[in-house]
Amino acid sequence: MRLANLIQLDMPLNTATSPHAKAPITVSTVMLQVALALIPGLIAYVWFFGWGVVINIFIAVVTALIAEGVMLRIRRQPVGMYLADLSAVVTALLLALALPPTLPWEITVTGTLFAIVIAKQLYGGLGYNPFNPAMVGYVVLLISFPREMTVWVPVVSMSEYPLNFLEYASMIFTGKLPAGISIDAITEATPLDSLRIHLGLGSSVADIRATFGIDEETSRLLSVVPIFGMFGGKGWEWVNAGFLIGGLWLIYKRIISWHIPVAVLGALMAISLVFYLFEPARYASPMFHLFSGAAMLGAFFIATDPVTAAASPSGRLLYGAGIGILLYVIRTWGGYPDAVAFAVLMMNMVVPLIDDHFKPRVFGH
Amino acid sequence: MLSAVLILSGLAVLFGAILGYAAIRFKVEGDPMIEKIDAILPQTQCGQCGFPGCRPYATAIAGGNADINRCPPGGEATIIALANLLDREIKPLDPENGEIKPKMVALIDEQRCIGCTLCIQACPVDAIIGAAKQMHTVIAEECTGCDLCRPPCPADCIAMVPVKQDIRTWKWPSPDMPKKIDPPKKAAVNAL
Amino acid sequence: MNARLSEKFRLWRFPGGIHPEQNKSSSTETPIEAGRIPPRLILPLHQHIGEPAEPLFTVGERVLKGQAVARANGYVSAPVHAPTSGTVIAIGDYPVPHPSGMSAPCMVIEPDGEDRWVDHDSVADYRNLDPAALRNIIREAGIVGLGGAGFPTFIKLNPGHNKAIDTLILNGAECEPYITCDDMLMRERAAEVVSGLAIAAHALQARESVIGIEDNKPQALHAMREAARSYPNMRVVEIPTLYPSGDSKLLAKILTGKEVPSNKLSLHVGLTCINVGTTYAVHRAIHHGEPLMSRIVTVTGGAVGAPRNLDALIGTPMDELLAQCATRMDRIERLVMGGSMMGFAMHRADLPLIKTTNCIIAAAAAEVPRPQPVMPCIRCGACSDACPMSLMPQQLYWFAKSKELEKAQKYDLFDCIECGACSYVCPSNIPLVQYFRYAKGDIWTQESEKEKAGIARRRFDARQARVEREKAEKEAKRQQKKAALDMANARERGEAQAQSAMQRAEARRDAAMQEAGKRWGAQPPTAPESSAPDKTASAEPDKNEPAQKND
Repeated sequence: MRLANLIQLDMPLNTATSPHAKAPITVSTVMLQVALALIPGLIAYVWFFGWGVVINIFIAVVTALIAEGVMLRIRRQPVGMYLADLSAVVTALLLALALPPTLPWEITVTGTLFAIVIAKQLYGGLGYNPFNPAMVGYVVLLISFPREMTVWVPVVSMSEYPLNFLEYASMIFTGKLPAGISIDAITEATPLDSLRIHLGLGSSVADIRATFGIDEETSRLLSVVPIFGMFGGKGWEWVNAGFLIGGLWLIYKRIISWHIPVAVLGALMAISLVFYLFEPARYASPMFHLFSGAAMLGAFFIATDPVTAAASPSGRLLYGAGIGILLYVIRTWGGYPDAVAFAVLMMNMVVPLIDDHFKPRVFGH
Repeated sequence: MLSAVLILSGLAVLFGAILGYAAIRFKVEGDPMIEKIDAILPQTQCGQCGFPGCRPYATAIAGGNADINRCPPGGEATIIALANLLDREIKPLDPENGEIKPKMVALIDEQRCIGCTLCIQACPVDAIIGAAKQMHTVIAEECTGCDLCRPPCPADCIAMVPVKQDIRTWKWPSPDMPKKIDPPKKAAVNAL
Repeated sequence: MNARLSEKFRLWRFPGGIHPEQNKSSSTETPIEAGRIPPRLILPLHQHIGEPAEPLFTVGERVLKGQAVARANGYVSAPVHAPTSGTVIAIGDYPVPHPSGMSAPCMVIEPDGEDRWVDHDSVADYRNLDPAALRNIIREAGIVGLGGAGFPTFIKLNPGHNKAIDTLILNGAECEPYITCDDMLMRERAAEVVSGLAIAAHALQARESVIGIEDNKPQALHAMREAARSYPNMRVVEIPTLYPSGDSKLLAKILTGKEVPSNKLSLHVGLTCINVGTTYAVHRAIHHGEPLMSRIVTVTGGAVGAPRNLDALIGTPMDELLAQCATRMDRIERLVMGGSMMGFAMHRADLPLIKTTNCIIAAAAAEVPRPQPVMPCIRCGACSDACPMSLMPQQLYWFAKSKELEKAQKYDLFDCIECGACSYVCPSNIPLVQYFRYAKGDIWTQESEKEKAGIARRRFDARQARVEREKAEKEAKRQQKKAALDMANARERGEAQAQSAMQRAEARRDAAMQEAGKRWGAQPPTAPESSAPDKTASAEPDKNEPAQKND
């Protein structure tokens, strides 16, 4: 009968479920773009504070990759696939960018190991860590090595002895300073730290401005290291501007959503503006807060770590605003000059709560 | 020192009072637990759990006399649901009670049926029709696949067959399920 | 130009959406071509939502073109018509286009090549017809939603009691990649499409009709504007190209700003949405008396040598259509029915074209995303940014994966329209939408099992009650029997005693009488009657029931 060849019992075609199309985006490309977006800030960083950060980045990245690989092997996970996702590299970059440029290498290694092994892999690896690994590593170091973690270098142009690449390497790896140079000659507190100390001593912001100069000429004449730059912390304003540019690029490329950075910076600006208008002598201006310390790095790169941030748009706004306010509170009244790490970790803790209560309105509800 | 002791004691008393009030104020009336457990059980009434039906098993669980992993027809889903309801730990099915099998339905070989009505008496849900000396048949929609009709059959004419899946009962599989490897497609298309 | 053409209408937008690669241009280069009549037509009896149709012919019978070969079974159902004249050569289960790859009942017709029509009539003026009568013609023509859903159109065109339909939306968005059948239809047959829309609006008694077309189809927009010009209460609106604008709920939102409430039909907000292919079929049914027996289908993809749109007979095996478009069969990596976002991969190439087949993609290896390892979710939120329904796929994913189905429902799993935008954007390559399809199916299964369990419980309880009752009755009977027996025994015993006493008395009396008789010569009295067996013990009627109760 003719029906015989109607049913062909051949082998079926290759089937897969829809969609049969995929945006060319992977975890690796996301992480890579985050890393690339750090470049403008990094260039400003090197320009104002020398090559120490590059050496720190190298140490942290190598440590992170080795630690990640070993942990993945121990956990019997595919090593190559997870190393290629570049998440460990981004963690290392963020941590290294937050560390003082003269930090001894073993401290950087310790912090990186803590971030990767304990804060990330022991929680289950990529996607499962409740706390931002880089910030966990940073806070562990800050608490364990408070002295080493709070010295900084003055901006290159105002330094008595700006270190070159090899001198930085020697200092980081061996602790040896160039002959005849004391540690005091090359280190200086950060603007945020200096400001906090002098405000604590009872000086007004105007006094401090007068004492430390508002341009390099006066500062040189007064033989002090300036705190204030053109609109933010001396030197730091440009590093922050660099991270701002990189962050805006990430938003433009839709790698991160605008909600968290806008909320962090908006809250920081709002609260600092309130206090600044209330008593300008005791409180630094909003611009100073936005362009000092790790404000931009924190707002665009650290708080936006998707794994540990809130999920919904409204939740992200709340999460970001919480970070901005905590940042200001700790900077102004807390025991530490900068507080991105503490603010982010504290808000990480409430993320499950935020996620549970802040859901977008579903279509038709 | 004394003030600290007083404050802490005061707090303890306060919270105790609040808890005590809440216990009275929000007390749940009755014991709907057996109903709730029974609602989760698959109502196969097969007795594989060692109790004569689902409700007796539910009563036993509620009374703490039976574990939650004794229901093979319910399978994993029932164990998880019971664990969630009773806030107990999820554990694998007790192998003593049987193993998880695909859903079955009884099928009587009508040629061999002698019309003894023994299966009719065994069926817990009255899903077999027939009369003495008459051929019996299973109402497939009502059959729970409990397998209780098979042992009493003297003619050995009852078989348990897996419930047939057709295009209308088909459901998308989980992406987590191991996929069968697709054969090379070239051969397939060339054969057309 | 007409002022109406340049008029700007307010548009709304929905959250999310994506811009996948369109892949539409290659199949729009040539006009629609008639599909060849194949050596045999396979007509599945279930090409629509609802109950499968019932065959009206048996194997060996001859059928004419346009003749109903299977009738609708129940309200939500649709008949199937013979696309050409020929002989029914088989009725049975054959593979059909379905993600399961399973077979379903089909009728196979061998065309005789004469293409001879059954008697058919057009409607002189549909405006004189009652909407219900009009809907009935549409129903008898077997018209279902040709956009892909396959819902019987006559039901959609029924506004129901006390419900006025404000706006009839004509869906010409065609947002999915690859598909161009609606585009080509609107370009070439705009007048018929619009005429069908006017008929549908009459059937529905809709106040106005709005035609929504994405701005990536300028030719279709132009043709439709020209065609709609002569109709009052009808406007053509250009909408931005954004996937999935073609979803009926989302298109309604874009065009009217109204949101169809969750779990409700668009009817509830005074809207109905139908596809351009459907109104074309309505036009053919009313003005030409032709039932739905062919449709326009896009045949495209990297393995297709001459991608184009075919006006093909329902039931044509797809390999015939692919051959007509010069397809290199050995280059097919994946064969998809529908678009690349929501279509499903077919298991074989010889499946029949059905009413809902808008597109056949014979994708070459380069077009198909390479299978990539699934990474953990990094909660980046790209999926919820892309979700047009504002769901949180990253959360739903956890619940679906861990089978926390209740939580998944709490996070509005059933509002998911399965557009696949979440899977498309996921950097971790998680098959999100597949998890949601699976979870929905699992919930449906559980619910039907629960229902079945409820029935089983009731049957079990009823049986238990009956068994108890029977036992109680048996016991009662036994008790009564026993009592009766006892009583009987007792009476017997009592009677025996009485009898013996009587006998003794009689004996004495007899003796006395004999003595007296001896004296007076009188007759002895008759012996007392023995007591009859007592019937009261079994007076209650026997309630024994048959072994099987059919409840």
